[in-house]
Amino acid sequence: MTDLVQPTEELVPQHGDARPDEIMTIAASRLLEDGKVLFAGIGQPLVAAAIAKRRQAPGLTVLLEGGMIDIELLPGELPASTNELRAAVGAAMLTSASDIFLMAQRGFFDYGFIGAAQVDAYGNVNTSLIGKPDAPSVRLPGPGGANDIASMCNQTVIVTAHERRRFVEQVDFVTSPGHLRGGASRQEAGLRHGGPAWVVTDLALLDFEPGSRRMRVRSLQAGVTLEQVEQATGFELLVHEDLDHLPPVTDDELRVLRHLVGGPEETA
Amino acid sequence: MTGRLATLDADAARTDLEQWSRSAEDKLVPAAEAVAALVPEGAVIGVGGTNHARTPMALLIEVLRQGRGGLTLARPLSCFEAELFIATGAADRVMTSWVGIGHGWGLAAVLRHCVEKGLVAFEEWSHLGIGLRYKAGAMGVPFLPTVSMLGSDIDAGLDLAKVRCPYTGQILNAVPSLNPDVALVHVQRADRRGNAQIDGYELMDADVALAARRLIISAEEIVPTEVLQKDPARTVIPSFAVDAVVHQPFGAYPHECYGHYEADLAEFGEYVRSVKAGGIDGARAYVDRLLGFPDHDSYVAAAGSERLAALRRTAEELMPR
Repeated sequence: MTDLVQPTEELVPQHGDARPDEIMTIAASRLLEDGKVLFAGIGQPLVAAAIAKRRQAPGLTVLLEGGMIDIELLPGELPASTNELRAAVGAAMLTSASDIFLMAQRGFFDYGFIGAAQVDAYGNVNTSLIGKPDAPSVRLPGPGGANDIASMCNQTVIVTAHERRRFVEQVDFVTSPGHLRGGASRQEAGLRHGGPAWVVTDLALLDFEPGSRRMRVRSLQAGVTLEQVEQATGFELLVHEDLDHLPPVTDDELRVLRHLVGGPEETA
Repeated sequence: MTGRLATLDADAARTDLEQWSRSAEDKLVPAAEAVAALVPEGAVIGVGGTNHARTPMALLIEVLRQGRGGLTLARPLSCFEAELFIATGAADRVMTSWVGIGHGWGLAAVLRHCVEKGLVAFEEWSHLGIGLRYKAGAMGVPFLPTVSMLGSDIDAGLDLAKVRCPYTGQILNAVPSLNPDVALVHVQRADRRGNAQIDGYELMDADVALAARRLIISAEEIVPTEVLQKDPARTVIPSFAVDAVVHQPFGAYPHECYGHYEADLAEFGEYVRSVKAGGIDGARAYVDRLLGFPDHDSYVAAAGSERLAALRRTAEELMPR
């Protein structure tokens, strides 16, 4: 990350044309290193992976829970589900869905990208329900592969819009385990590996303080203040001692993103 | 461990298998006959495919047509087929990691309504949790150890038992086997005895097929065994695990079947519009329309030959070349 950040004092504005979801997706794409293996979900994670493959990480292996390994990500043809024809295009290997998760448990996957309806101070993610488990006020779709991804990949990256209703002190339901109650509680629960490393939002890049495992603002998105991030968070955030700003979205990143999601090649 | 989980016992499934005699010969029957004989009231049904891939829609619609109730649908990822069973009251429990309609159509409204009103039990597992239930069932062991679900409220909700590794002391979740009363699996091709080949992504279908106490296969094509013998590594379900074989082109329609047709999003739209207009009653009206067709062939034909040809063309274009 260090080569991507710059001192906070230089307040550089964000790219004028980039939407919040695009800013978030592009920030996520920058985390991906060449030669690594990514377990991606549909939507922004897959777009982030596709951007990375076209820029700094052409050798990134992307795989999906439907059993597709090392897929091609074609502009305008990104799949709408992890289990469909478009998700299998260009795959080097098709295996069973259980095999994919067992490979994750074996430790082959460097990153797992997941989204969140709620995320808490220790990076626990809820995509199951709002309210009480036995009488939910809102039933959400459930984990899909996210519980396994968060339990098994070497690091979890949570990609979500930065909103106060999402960033809560304690999630209503731990669908996908983060650092649980902080400290060593994740290891004590039997999860000896992995855990959330980054939270990427439209406002900031956040990590987890090594001792307490509590969420910490690492870098602000271009043009965003710490106060804005705190306002959009429903719990007290730690702040990294070297807090800085991410560089703004570039024309090239935006062009690649918009082409991937179906726009003409010269878009942006 | 709850009594309910414990009742699904791999050893009992084995005893059942030893006492069950399967014909080695021709198992080709119409869907109505297979469902009538093999899907009992109150069954736990292992549904093949995931989300909108290779869903055994023809067989599922036949189960609805025959009016079975008290069903449990077990599936790693569920699409709107689950809602058809929930809305009509045919199923009172889903065992899954996910229910949605996909394609950016938002939350599954009928599922939401029924779970929030307490009309249906949503038994929530991780994706691998379902996979290991089937794998244990297929292996004939009562549980498999995993780190999946540890520390989560999914684990707490299921009250999963823990095991300590006898060699290292590591604590793991003990995922209990699942041997569904019957599994419904749609494949690309099978012979009349039930040897079945799956092209593309197998998902969890070989495991659910071997775990199930009874198994109905529907196939796009019924072929002579000699055709399977040309590429035997592609055969993932052996005939001795199969009770009935149904020949059903477009058997996953309106969902997709790898190499044959893509999902018919216009038909998804039909369902979603019906639910938006009438809520759970809209979903029931949609099921009534489905059951108005005498069989799956006539339902598929109603889509029109042009639309069906387009679905086949896209699937063909997306194949490796």
